[in-house]
Amino acid sequence: MKPDTLVEVKNLKKYFNIGNDKILKAVDDVSFSIKKGETLGLVGESGCGKTTCGRTILGMYEATGGQAIFEGENIYEMNKAEKKAFRKNAQIIFQDPYASLNPRMTVGDIISEGMNNFKMYSESDKQNRIYELLRLVGLNKEHAGRFPHEFSGGQRQRIGIARCLAIDPKFIVCDEPISALDVSIQAQIVNLLITLQNEFGLTYLFIAHDLSMVKHISDRVGVMYLGCMVELAGSDELYRNPQHPYTQALLSAIPIPNPSYERSKKRIALEGEVPSPINPEPGCRFRARCKYMRPICSKETPYLKEISSGHYAACHLL
Amino acid sequence: MSKLLEVNNLKVSYHTYAGEVQSVRGVSFDLDKGESLAIVGESGCGKTVTSKTIMGLIDTPPGEIKQDSEVLFNGKNILKFSEKEWQHYRGKDVSMIFQDPMTSLNPTMRVGNQIAESLIIHRGMSKAEALEEAVKMLEMVNIPNAKERIKQYPHQFSGGMRQRVMIAISLACNPQLLIADEPTTALDVTIQAQIMDLLKELQSRLGTAIIMITHDLGVVAGMAQKIAVMYAGKIIEKGFVDEIFENPKHPYTLALLNAVPKLELKNKEKLVSIQGTPPDLLAPPKGCGFASRCKYCMKICRIKYPEVSTISDTHEVACWLQHPLAVKVDLAEDIRREL
Repeated sequence: MKPDTLVEVKNLKKYFNIGNDKILKAVDDVSFSIKKGETLGLVGESGCGKTTCGRTILGMYEATGGQAIFEGENIYEMNKAEKKAFRKNAQIIFQDPYASLNPRMTVGDIISEGMNNFKMYSESDKQNRIYELLRLVGLNKEHAGRFPHEFSGGQRQRIGIARCLAIDPKFIVCDEPISALDVSIQAQIVNLLITLQNEFGLTYLFIAHDLSMVKHISDRVGVMYLGCMVELAGSDELYRNPQHPYTQALLSAIPIPNPSYERSKKRIALEGEVPSPINPEPGCRFRARCKYMRPICSKETPYLKEISSGHYAACHLL
Repeated sequence: MSKLLEVNNLKVSYHTYAGEVQSVRGVSFDLDKGESLAIVGESGCGKTVTSKTIMGLIDTPPGEIKQDSEVLFNGKNILKFSEKEWQHYRGKDVSMIFQDPMTSLNPTMRVGNQIAESLIIHRGMSKAEALEEAVKMLEMVNIPNAKERIKQYPHQFSGGMRQRVMIAISLACNPQLLIADEPTTALDVTIQAQIMDLLKELQSRLGTAIIMITHDLGVVAGMAQKIAVMYAGKIIEKGFVDEIFENPKHPYTLALLNAVPKLELKNKEKLVSIQGTPPDLLAPPKGCGFASRCKYCMKICRIKYPEVSTISDTHEVACWLQHPLAVKVDLAEDIRREL
């Protein structure tokens, strides 16, 4: 492990047993690493396992196989005390700002819950810390005494971010933090996340299906399809020079707010829909929708290989 | 060319415990036969209420359509329709695709019967004829194996497939106007692209006029001919797609266009965000609804709603910046400087 790596995920697997000998392979053999202060974007369509991946890395799910190494230690082999220390360092911002805040707690209580858990501040310091956090995320002192229902979606997401920052984490999993928000509010939250990262040197795993936002905030982007990572590269490189057929189709499907461009654009149409992740057959997961399919694609599972410096793709044809 | 739809000064309010929410506050637009219009705006701006009024789906009470509102369909005011006229109009002349394909189909009815239903009612077909037609409709929206599929229930279809079924249902009686209320918001990008392509193709083949409701400017860029941008219950700018995208005149339209990160934008550069949140329509502002978030806001903006200025024959904007006495600002230049 390189010294500047904060999180390293090795062959991570998360299977769900859904009865009748059926196994849903939500995350299947995914590996990547995140450097300190970096943002890794994770994109893919719904059901591709990106959220499960994020949650498994935080230990919210028990992994079926593989390792997630945080600062040199495998989180699945930690004892209780170590695990608690890990929780202080790794936090999550949830997708739905309406469901992720307890409606019966005031904003001040929501934010201070983590601080109390770790006994981080004295009673008087805690109050100041709450105000400071509220200011950081663009809210006022007065908001501390109010309840979540008094806030709009964007404001609630700010509260979620303040709660997350309260215990000075190093690593934050942002699980679709902007999907539930309006366009004009999305930009506010993304700007806030970027500012906070610059200020505190945070490391993000940014999960989203909005490809243009992901490119904007991420240093590197990984594309997932049906539980597997199909391509991983620097964000500019990935968007300029996508190699995997799925990434190419995904990128060409982004609607661009430019009428003349949209009319003339040649879209790579994908036939059909994402197949079921239950008991998948070996071979490339994308082959059923891939127009370049060859016999080898159904025999061997392709693994990520470096095709140019820092650009990885999992495809037999490359 | 004759107008298919004319909406004049439409005002819709909802009466709630907290008071009267003025969802739509005087909206006017028109639509030619076979034309496609996109209504763009954020949640709560009144775009869905507008479309529901055209479809006659506003429950009164709690809703209230104000007296002087007018919605003319082929010259007839639909707001004065009797229940019988409504039944003839809905589903036959105008039909609607809803946002959520998971909840807009009846889970206890076979898909074929759901398509056949309107054929039997409006076109007087027998059940067998209607089911045969339903197979053709499913084939038209590219659902493979349609003969088997019409016997299945909605839960056996995926999200994209269900939206295709919805499109088949809404086009079954060859309506003159199709209202699509955020038809792709609940779908993934690759499926969204499929559905948009399908709608585009069907429109050019059948000549149906489309009103498309969305919050995503990218989606409408390749699809609509005209755009109306709504904010706080009013249309603040409308015009042809190219006019709106190349020459936006309202600060809100411009901000909306810039809030989406362009792919050529540098990494982690600051996005142009709109500060604050939309106004509360329980007590709508006297002046321009956008005034409190607008950085070009002048004194008059808070006092009086701006008159509509005409940029070209088709391009209209409601903003005081267009007034001859206002400070001249080059919006696009300003934004560029800020970045």
